[in-house]
Amino acid sequence: MLMQLAAIWNYLIVILLMMVGLFLVISSANLVKKLVGLSIFQTSVFLFYITLGRVSGGTAPILTDAPDTLYSNPLPHVLILTAIVVGVATTALGLALILRIKESFGSIEEDEILAAKNESAAADMAQAKPGVEA
Amino acid sequence: MNDGGIIAIFLQNLPVLVVVIPLLLSPVVAIITAPRLAWAISVAGVGGAFLAAILLQSITGSIGRVTYHLGNWEPPWGIEFVVDSATSLTLVIMTGLAFLATLYARASLMSEVKHTDLGKCYAAWLLASGGLFGLVATGDAFNLFVFLEISALSSVILISMGAGADRRALSAGFNYLIIGAVGATFYVIGVGFVYAITGTLNIADLAARIAEIGGNAALYAGFGFMIAGIMVKAAVFPVHIWLPAAYGYAPSAVSSLLAAIATKAALYVLARLLFTLFAGVPDITELAVTYVIVPLSLAGIFVGTVMAIYEKDIKLLLAHSSVAQIGYIALGFGLASSASVAASFVHIGNHALIKGGLFMAVGGFVAALGSRANLASFVGIGRRMPITATAFTVCGLSLAGLPLTAGFISKLYLVRAILAEDAYVITALVLLSSALSLIYLWKIIEVMWMQPATAKAPNLAENPAIYFPLWIVALANIWFGVDASWLVAASRASASALLGGGL
Repeated sequence: MLMQLAAIWNYLIVILLMMVGLFLVISSANLVKKLVGLSIFQTSVFLFYITLGRVSGGTAPILTDAPDTLYSNPLPHVLILTAIVVGVATTALGLALILRIKESFGSIEEDEILAAKNESAAADMAQAKPGVEA
Repeated sequence: MNDGGIIAIFLQNLPVLVVVIPLLLSPVVAIITAPRLAWAISVAGVGGAFLAAILLQSITGSIGRVTYHLGNWEPPWGIEFVVDSATSLTLVIMTGLAFLATLYARASLMSEVKHTDLGKCYAAWLLASGGLFGLVATGDAFNLFVFLEISALSSVILISMGAGADRRALSAGFNYLIIGAVGATFYVIGVGFVYAITGTLNIADLAARIAEIGGNAALYAGFGFMIAGIMVKAAVFPVHIWLPAAYGYAPSAVSSLLAAIATKAALYVLARLLFTLFAGVPDITELAVTYVIVPLSLAGIFVGTVMAIYEKDIKLLLAHSSVAQIGYIALGFGLASSASVAASFVHIGNHALIKGGLFMAVGGFVAALGSRANLASFVGIGRRMPITATAFTVCGLSLAGLPLTAGFISKLYLVRAILAEDAYVITALVLLSSALSLIYLWKIIEVMWMQPATAKAPNLAENPAIYFPLWIVALANIWFGVDASWLVAASRASASALLGGGL
């Protein structure tokens, strides 16, 4: 059993990171922590693809002179290059939004933002009433 | 190949032009500071995509299926764009509504977005449109993920632009960013599993190899991840939670664009996954539609409708009702008969017209009122803004599915398709939910027309730049309610292209 698990340790790490990331996204009330969780979650997928592309006994996919060289599959790595770019863009946009949220709500904690939002909702209703009579 | 000439080149490259015209114009628009010019270029860009989609529709009508190899790389090595009847119909609907929303956007965005942000707003607008068109046109599973993210990130920017009027747009945008990114990542995990089994990413190639390989635990896992990821994007209950706030607090023009085209693109992808990519493993797809998609759609229909009944803010109300309407479309796909899939395509078109129009009208009210539109501020607004209010009412009646409106045609074909399956319980639930939807619509219409505005309330200015595109949509709602032959025929062709194992 242990040996079997040891043979697939790379996948176990992927699963562990995936769970940690997703748990952070769901459970943290702090927006930055949420974003950290998302990044970990996405990174686990990068590792998943990279480990998929590995061919046992294969070398790095750089053309060598030896005709019978066994190469690892480079395609998943290239795909993940794209996914990394997407991940960076997501993180950047998320951080930018957090900055703006901090500016306008004065907090990056979900419960405090929610309280501020409820105030806005109450203000809407109050504001709408004079509109009727105006 | 063909003798040159710009028209010949244009015709040969149609599938990619739908996507590339908006995408390439986006960075151009981003550096233009004059909002008027940025808007004009956006109209030209989305209009170009609309033109290309119409031409594609007529081509697929005669020869069935068009493919385009990016950079001339043969599939399955290169990325391929595939346009068949189902794709071209979805593209015509999406580009058409996006075009009208862009026409409408200038006046509405001016009143709701900070002026310094307008140029960048149009850049995100073009990116979102191009990304969503690409989502539908692409024939490559990984390329689909890239378009998913292009459209999601730019949609988040557009939604957050609503912060100029209401700061709650920021947290709505952030929530959509996080939930959308988790959804897209689920999709990529699924693609990873499927790639590990088949060694290919081209959807047509994948479908063929999956049919050969058949049942396999890793394949099933991949299927689950991909479907779950796309369901988040399509806002199928219970992963719709990002949608109400996102559409509710985005600038009205953005709500109109996204409600008309964003979830539609994801629903189209859902259908593609179920009926094309995984057509070779019917045991798992049948399980998924019977035990997951149909019950969740029905739950979504009721949750969305009930939430809308209790909502007082008009934009949030319409967003909740979108959740219900998405349920109807997903239900049609879930029943997986050719009649029900055709009904779903009819409703994709009609709901785009209905919700696009309703959000446009709300944008008109918001621009005139200068505050959020809610039931209290809507008192007597029918008399104060008759042109916009009438268009709102037309689209609203269409949403409820009254005869002679587009919504009626949707309900008619959906109920007929369900009855053909002998699913009487589902029929009853659909009819009940339709009746319930009258409650929230009547609530608005009553406040608008029956309750008099106080004597001092002035007539509000109505802007032709807002009500002109709105009325095109409203009239289209009536047109497709009276003569639905084109849409129904195109939807039937789409259903047979999807279910016939096409692609």
